[in-house]
Amino acid sequence: MTSPAEVPITSNDDVVRVRQVVRGLAAEVKMSLVDQTKVVTAASELARNTFVYGGGGTATVELVTNPATGRTGVKIVFTDEGPGIPDVDLALTEGWSSGSGLGLGLSGTRRLVDEFDLETEPGTGTRISVTKWTR
Amino acid sequence: MTLGAGRQQRIATLLRERREGVLDHWVAAVLNTVRGRTTQAELRGQLAELYELVVQAMGEEDGTAAGELSAALQELSRTRARQGFSPSETAVSVFGLKDAVLHEIEAGGGTGVVVYREFASFSKDIDDLGLLTFETYARTREQVIADQAEQLLELSTPVVKLWEGIVGVPLVGTLDSARTQVVMESLLQTLVDTGSEHAVIDITGVPAVDTEVAQHLLKTVVAARLMGAECVISGIRPQIAQTIVALGIEFGDIVTKATLADALAYALERSGVRVGAG
Ligand SMILES: Nc1ncnc2c1ncn2[C@@H]1O[C@H](COP(=O)(O)OP(=O)(O)OP(=O)(O)O)[C@@H](O)[C@H]1O
Ligand SMILES: [Mg+2]
Repeated sequence: MTSPAEVPITSNDDVVRVRQVVRGLAAEVKMSLVDQTKVVTAASELARNTFVYGGGGTATVELVTNPATGRTGVKIVFTDEGPGIPDVDLALTEGWSSGSGLGLGLSGTRRLVDEFDLETEPGTGTRISVTKWTR
Repeated sequence: MTLGAGRQQRIATLLRERREGVLDHWVAAVLNTVRGRTTQAELRGQLAELYELVVQAMGEEDGTAAGELSAALQELSRTRARQGFSPSETAVSVFGLKDAVLHEIEAGGGTGVVVYREFASFSKDIDDLGLLTFETYARTREQVIADQAEQLLELSTPVVKLWEGIVGVPLVGTLDSARTQVVMESLLQTLVDTGSEHAVIDITGVPAVDTEVAQHLLKTVVAARLMGAECVISGIRPQIAQTIVALGIEFGDIVTKATLADALAYALERSGVRVGAG
């Protein structure tokens, strides 16, 4: 599978595609089944947020190596040029949703991955980068 | 479309007079490429029909036979697409007529430049027919894919009766909103139709449970409850269970069981059926 892979997110079907690309790369670095499922689920959450709240965007999925530990991993960066998140703390609160969701996507994703980095600017957009390392 | 447009007298005559020879050659050439997927007799029947239409189309004024010919080719292309032939295999079958004709021209001592000029023009007509099968193929495949997607939507959400008063829904694949809607409706309908009070939703075949899937499951369970039925969710595999916990999803008081068998045993017990161990 090619890395990095750029997947546009403009429909619900693209959420499934992001999931498939992530699963492919996670399997390629021989991630455990539990970790594969976790990173795929995290990608699913963020891709759907990008589509639903960010008005669409892109996911860049790539294989990475940690120079310090030599471990390989999968890194996914989601970007959109949507409204941004005005109150990040609120958005990361378990159970809070501005829509009709469970409000568990962002907070849960943070626990599913090893690295989580969120940059957002109201009116400009959102960029969320996550990484899951093999063990 | 008209064929030959009166410019291919010699080819037309050859096709009429040496029918068996040309057809033999054509069948033999095509048989090589379709080996095992169609019988020689079936193939000969198909090609003979096309052959007749080519002959008629070359000798006619009004284009009736040409119309029939393109309809027959499209039909052939559609059948082949459904049988899993590649588009080039089907087109090559049509192109095979050119080789067969050329072979006959040469066997007859290939007389002069005129017949070859005619052959060039005939060849172009056959190319067009081959391309027609290509286009039809592409359209047919799209249709096949669309049909399959729809069938899958229905197929992958069967609601089955497990026992008197107990129905089961084995979910397989990605659960998106559209599918969940179908699942929910058919589950609720089956509960009514069968008068069942227990439903087992088995998610062994669902690769990932994210907040959206979880929400859909919860809604389905609540809707069933409103109708007086209890749902048990089974088949939550270890990796899915760990992911659900990390996400913070709570299934509340919904009963979950490791396997479909456990869920069925539970539902049987709840509905008062005693399963004797002998
Ligand atoms: N890319 C984004 N752009 C703008 N707002 C966002 C974006 N991602 C998340 N949000 C905001 O953060 C809130 C919380 O997101 P989170 O994924 O945790 O919950 P949810 O999507 O509402 O529900 P769930 O993910 O549980 O189905 C969202 O309701 C939305 O208001
Ligand atoms: Mg979300």
